[in-house]
Amino acid sequence: MARPANLFGTRPLVLCRVRREPDPPPAEALGSTPAGGHVAPIKREGVGARSRCRWPRAKAECECSVALTERRGSPAGVCGERPGAAMAVAVGRPSNEELRNLSLSGHVGFDSLPDQLVNKSTSQGFCFNILCVGETGIGKSTLMDTLFNTKFESDPATHNEPGVRLKARSYELQESNVRLKLTIVDTVGFGDQINKDDSYKPIVEYIDAQFEAYLQEELKIKRSLFNYHDTRIHACLYFIAPTGHSLKSLDLVTMKKLDSKVNIIPIIAKADTIAKNELHKFKSKIMSELVSNGVQIYQFPTDEETVAEINATMSVHLPFAVVGSTEEVKIGNKMAKARQYPWGVVQVENESHCDFVKLREMLIRVNMEDLREQTHARHYELYRRCKLEEMGFKDTDPDSKPFSLQETYEAKRNEFLGELQKKEEEMRQMFVMRVKEKEAELKEAEKELHEKFDLLKRTHQEEKKKVEDKKKELEEEVNNFQKKKAAAQLLQSQAQQSGAQQTKKDKDKKNSPWLCTE
Amino acid sequence: MSELVPEPRPKPAVPMKPVSINSNLLGYIGIDTIIEQMRKKTMKTGFDFNIMVVGQSGLGKSTLVNTLFKSQVSRKASSWNREEKIPKTVEIKAIGHVIEEGGVKMKLTVIDTPGFGDQINNENCWEPIEKYINEQYEKFLKEEVNIARKKRIPDTRVHCCLYFISPTGHSLRPLDLEFMKHLSKVVNIIPVIAKADTMTLEEKSEFKQRVRKELEVNGIEFYPQKEFDEDLEDKTENDKIRQESMPFAVVGSDKEYQVNGKRVLGRKTPWGIIEVENLNHCEFALLRDFVIRTHLQDLKEVTHNIHYETYRAKRLNDNGGLPPGEGLLGSVLPPVPATPCPSAE
Repeated sequence: MARPANLFGTRPLVLCRVRREPDPPPAEALGSTPAGGHVAPIKREGVGARSRCRWPRAKAECECSVALTERRGSPAGVCGERPGAAMAVAVGRPSNEELRNLSLSGHVGFDSLPDQLVNKSTSQGFCFNILCVGETGIGKSTLMDTLFNTKFESDPATHNEPGVRLKARSYELQESNVRLKLTIVDTVGFGDQINKDDSYKPIVEYIDAQFEAYLQEELKIKRSLFNYHDTRIHACLYFIAPTGHSLKSLDLVTMKKLDSKVNIIPIIAKADTIAKNELHKFKSKIMSELVSNGVQIYQFPTDEETVAEINATMSVHLPFAVVGSTEEVKIGNKMAKARQYPWGVVQVENESHCDFVKLREMLIRVNMEDLREQTHARHYELYRRCKLEEMGFKDTDPDSKPFSLQETYEAKRNEFLGELQKKEEEMRQMFVMRVKEKEAELKEAEKELHEKFDLLKRTHQEEKKKVEDKKKELEEEVNNFQKKKAAAQLLQSQAQQSGAQQTKKDKDKKNSPWLCTE
Repeated sequence: MSELVPEPRPKPAVPMKPVSINSNLLGYIGIDTIIEQMRKKTMKTGFDFNIMVVGQSGLGKSTLVNTLFKSQVSRKASSWNREEKIPKTVEIKAIGHVIEEGGVKMKLTVIDTPGFGDQINNENCWEPIEKYINEQYEKFLKEEVNIARKKRIPDTRVHCCLYFISPTGHSLRPLDLEFMKHLSKVVNIIPVIAKADTMTLEEKSEFKQRVRKELEVNGIEFYPQKEFDEDLEDKTENDKIRQESMPFAVVGSDKEYQVNGKRVLGRKTPWGIIEVENLNHCEFALLRDFVIRTHLQDLKEVTHNIHYETYRAKRLNDNGGLPPGEGLLGSVLPPVPATPCPSAE
C-alpha cells in the first residue's frame, strides 16, 4: 500500500523512537539529526554546499553575530555535513546545556503563572477518587463521612453478598471557591465469602477498567482530554482489621495485587479496640510484614522542602490507626466528634486518641495533588506500557533496533486483513456448498414431482379409457334398447292395427257368428 | 450475512453514572489546600514558554522581545554584518533562556525569523515557518505516542506568535494577510503594530480600526479567538480586548532615561522622550500584561488543547491510510461494526 507522503513530503511518520538516552550534547546535534528522531529539512535554496547549522552551538555563541562569523569561517566538516542532506538543515530545540540564565532587570510578571494555572483549574474543578477496601462492617463509610464532614447517603451492606462488587458514588463538594468531584468506591462483600480466592479480582478489574477508559480516550483521534472526567483511582485506603496480631493472608494477597496499580495507604480501622501498647506492636508488625512481602505502599513524597518534614514525621506513624464517628459528644464546652463508651469518650480529632487527624492531613491537606500525579505518572503509565506491549507494539524489536510503531501497526493490520479475507473465503465456500446442496435437493424434489405427475397422468388416462369404454357400452345398450323399443312399438302398432282389424272382424264375427279367420 | 458482524468491543466496566449530591459542609475539611499544593508543584517543575516573532527586518522585533522580558534575550540584527548576503529564504532561529522570577522558573524560547518578507519575491515565505511549527507538534506527538514515555514531555511547540505589522497608516499588506490567513489555524497569532511612535493618536486609532476590519473581512482569527471563549466572563473580557486594544501599537526600547526623577525605558528624540511603559504613549504595557500576566497559561492551553489536537487528529487520520475508526488501535482491535472493511474487494 502506497505510503502517503507526510506533511513534510518526506519519510512517513515514525510514531515511535528509541528512548532513554538523554539529549545529545550540542556537538553531536550539529552533525546529525537528533538520535532516532525524524527531522524535516527546511529547504534552503541557494545556500550551496555549505550547510549552515542553525543550531546554537554553545552557550556563549548564542548571539547571532558571533555565531554567524564563526560559522562562516568554519568549513563544512565541522558541521558534519551529509552530502545527501545538503538541503537538510537540522532545526530542533536547544538542549539544556545551551540555555543561558538571564537576569531580569525589572519585574516582568510571569510569576503570576501558577496563579493563572490554578485559576484555570479552579474554574474547571478537581477530581479525586478514593477506593476503600475492607471487610464489611469495618467502618469504611463512617470514616468517609468523618473525613469529609458530611453524611454520604448509603445503606450498610449485608454480610450475604455472593461475591465482591464495587459500588461507586460521586459527590460534588465545594469549599470556598474550590469545587471537588469526589468519587468514593466501596468494596461490598469483601471478606465475607467462605472461599475468598477471587476476592481481589473485581477490585483489580475495576481499577484496570478506569485506566482503560482513560487510555481509550487518549488514543482517540478526536479526543478531549481537558474536560475528561477522570475516574482513575487516586488513593486506596486499605482497612486492616484490628486483630492486634498481624495481617491476614487475604490482606497480603490483595495488597500485593494492588500495589502496582494504585497508591495504597493502609489504615487500622476501629482503632479504639486496641490499647496503646498493643497498637505500637501491631503497627510495627504490620509494617515489617509489608516490607518482607514486598508490598509497595504509597510513600509520602519527601523531595520538596516544604512538605518533606511533615511527610517524614507522618510516615513514621503508618499505618494510621483511625476511629471514625459522625456523632458529636459534648466535651468540655465544645461539641466534638467522638464515640461514647461507658468508660470514657474516644475523641476522633484528638491526636493522642487516634491518628485520624494525621490521616486527614496526609490524604487531603498535604498530598492530594501528589497522589493524583503519582496515579497519572506512575500507575497509569505502567498500565499503558503493559497494555500497548501486550497488543504487540514495541519500542525496540528483539535486535534492539528501533521498531517503528508504523511498521508493527501495518504488519498487524495486514495480518488482520488477511484473517478477514480468509474468513470471507471460508464463508463464501460454505455458502456455495449450501447452495449446491439445496439445488440438489430441489432437483430431487422436482424429479419426484415429475414422476408423480406422469403417474397421475397415466392413471388418469386409463380411467378415461375405462370410462369411455363404459360409455360405449352404455351407448350400445341404449341403442339396442332403442331398437328394441322401436321394434316393440312397431310390433305394438302392428298389433294394434291387427287388433283393430280383429275387433272389426270380431264385430263382424259377432255379427256373423259363422266367420272366423283367426 | 449475520456472521460478518463481529461482536462489539466489550465496554470497559465504568461505574454507573454517579449520583451527584451537593453536600453541605459541616466543618473545614481542607480541600482548598489543593490549590496551594498545585501551585507548589508548578513552581517546582517550572514551565516552558515559546514565543515566535515574525515580521520584516527593522521593525523592532528583537528590541520588543528584550523589552518584554526585560533582558537581552535576543541580539539585535542591526549588529549583523549587513554586507553579507541576505538569506534567500526565511531562517528559523530558536534561542532558549532560563529566567526566574519570584520562585517561578521559566524556560523561555524566542524563535526569530530573519528573512521573512525581505526578498523581492516573497511568495510562500510563510512556509518554512509553518513547517517549523508543525515540526514541533510532530516532535511532541512522537513523544506522546511512545510506549515508555518521559514524565514531562519537553514542550517546544510555539505558544504564541507575535506578528509585526508595519505602521504604514493605510492598511494591511497582502503579505500580512496571507501569512496570517495561513498561520492563524496552526498557532495563536497576536498582531502587533510596530514602531507605533511614527503615528499620531488619531492616525493610530484609525489604522487600528482599519486593520481590525480587514482582519475580520478576511476571516482571520487572531488570539484570543472568539470560538474558544469558555464563559461569559471570558467572553466579555476578551471582547473588550479584541474590539478596543488589538492590535497593540507598541514601542520597544531597552535604554533607560531619566523622566521626572524616575528611570524609565524609553526612546529619546529631539521632541521628547517616548516612555515605553506609559499607557498614554504606547500600548506596550497592555501587550505585556496581556501576554504574560493574564493570558500566558491560556496561550499554552489553547496551543495544547486545540492547535495540537487538531494537528494530531489530522496526522493520525492521514497516517498510512489509518482506518477512520478510533485511534491507533482502530485496526488491531475488532472494528466497530459501522466501519467498512477496507480490504474486502
